[in-house]
Amino acid sequence: MNFKHKYVFLFPGLFVLIGILIFPIIFVVRLSLSGWNSYNGLNFIGLENYIRLFTDDPRFWQSFFRLSFLSVTTVVLQYVIGFALAHMVWKDIKFQRFFRVLFLIPMMTTPVIMTVIWRTFFHESLGPVNDILSNFGMTPKWLTDPTLAKITVIIVEVWQWTPFMFLLLLAGLLSLPKEPFLAAAIDGASPVRKFIYVTFPLMAPISIGAIIIRLIEASKIMDTVYVLTSGGPGTSTETSSFYIFIKGLREFQMGYAASMSFTYLIIMIISLTFIAKGLTKLLLKD
Amino acid sequence: MGKLYKFLKYSFITIWTVFVVAPFLWALTTSFKDFNSVNGGATYIPWVDFEPKLEGWKVLIKSPANGGVDIIEPYFNSLFVTCTASLISIVLGTLSAYALSRFTFKAGFVKNNDITFFFISQRIMPPIVLSIPFFLFLGAIDLLDSLIGLIVVYIVLLMPIAVWIMVDFFNKVPREIDETALIDGCNPYQAFFKVVLPNSIPGLIVAGMFCIIFGWIDFFFAFILTFTEVQLLPVKIVALNSSITPWWSLSASALVSVAPLIVVAFIVERYLSKGNLSGAIK
Repeated sequence: MNFKHKYVFLFPGLFVLIGILIFPIIFVVRLSLSGWNSYNGLNFIGLENYIRLFTDDPRFWQSFFRLSFLSVTTVVLQYVIGFALAHMVWKDIKFQRFFRVLFLIPMMTTPVIMTVIWRTFFHESLGPVNDILSNFGMTPKWLTDPTLAKITVIIVEVWQWTPFMFLLLLAGLLSLPKEPFLAAAIDGASPVRKFIYVTFPLMAPISIGAIIIRLIEASKIMDTVYVLTSGGPGTSTETSSFYIFIKGLREFQMGYAASMSFTYLIIMIISLTFIAKGLTKLLLKD
Repeated sequence: MGKLYKFLKYSFITIWTVFVVAPFLWALTTSFKDFNSVNGGATYIPWVDFEPKLEGWKVLIKSPANGGVDIIEPYFNSLFVTCTASLISIVLGTLSAYALSRFTFKAGFVKNNDITFFFISQRIMPPIVLSIPFFLFLGAIDLLDSLIGLIVVYIVLLMPIAVWIMVDFFNKVPREIDETALIDGCNPYQAFFKVVLPNSIPGLIVAGMFCIIFGWIDFFFAFILTFTEVQLLPVKIVALNSSITPWWSLSASALVSVAPLIVVAFIVERYLSKGNLSGAIK
């Protein structure tokens, strides 16, 4: 099938997207080569911003490693929990629809609004978590201790986005062919062996897809951090996006922020490509 | 084995259920509290631990002059922006997805898969990268702090999702359907609108639900690109949080804000069970 009409279908969407994006992207690159702040214009300063970024800004790299740590940890937790939950409500369970809907609900709620609730939930003196823990003589500083603040961010992110992982994996489980399971049942395989030799390998391509999708979304962590800790205490929960946001739209060093965001984008694309290839190798051995 | 597995399974599900429900329950009880029952430490059970008050819910309908929180206008703004942007994204995305699923494109080394990847890869773009140029551009054409400016930006966020889901969906709709229609004398547009589209309603609903979710929950762009003229719901609630709004009205407004999308969970589950989501991620 080949028509001249095919362009009529493709082009409106493609050109709207390109039209909206092309100037901003060119502009980011141009801006990153200039010293723009609120008073002097788009003056060309060559690679100065990039040199500053690579030689003289440990805070950017720290925020980047923090982001990597946070997103990898949350995605691994989400994958393990999401897979477990999806496997559990896949079949043989009472109130199946109730649990499926319930486990989906967190992803439908606005992250920042739920984070506002979580802030009261983890409040040091008035929140329920510390109220219960205080019975055991503990009052952890969930939001103001550098280590615990990271854990709090992880807890909130896991609560918010495990449902997405759950959804993707459950959709995958429901689409699996029946024959391998029948064969395993005839062979009398135990549930554990069935999982290791049948379910998990069949789910590998779907797992890779789901993990990549979640890593992409997790690498943008920013809303939760902004509301929960504002990057604090100090810079202990500051992620790349948040640092760029502070430099660009709080301190209005737009040129420098543009060079950081361009670098950040390139690193994201390269590392996600490597992770995708690595996972494919790891999970799809044949 | 069977019994142990069952025990572990139900305990895990119970723990997770408690974890999922906990913030909602906490917000719900908090919304009925007053100063004394919040500031004296955590309280849980109404009438036993504290005397329930309706103050938190009353401020939702009061005018701001009388100490209300004024979330009604942001509510409709959010609804309008999300629905308009989703609709535009679905219409444009579905047309493009149909073209990518049915026809072959070739321009130099660029083929169908590359175009599809171009669409979907826009999700990789960190919002912060686009936020600075969007901020300056919308400022230059006087669309900063306006609903139209936000809709334009949200189209970039949502169209990749629409294309992603619809390409997979159209790939599962048998080609014979449109081929038969063409042999019967339809032109390609009639074949698409009269034959393919009616067969794709589940896909359209799923894509629509995802667009609405990701539009409704966005905070970042609304936060950076609007100030005072236009406020979206998430921005409004966060602003409440940083001002001195008491917990009870904060909780009530948060609950009201997240409530509508819970319906979406039911719809998504329905289509999940029917197997309409399965193709979407392969």
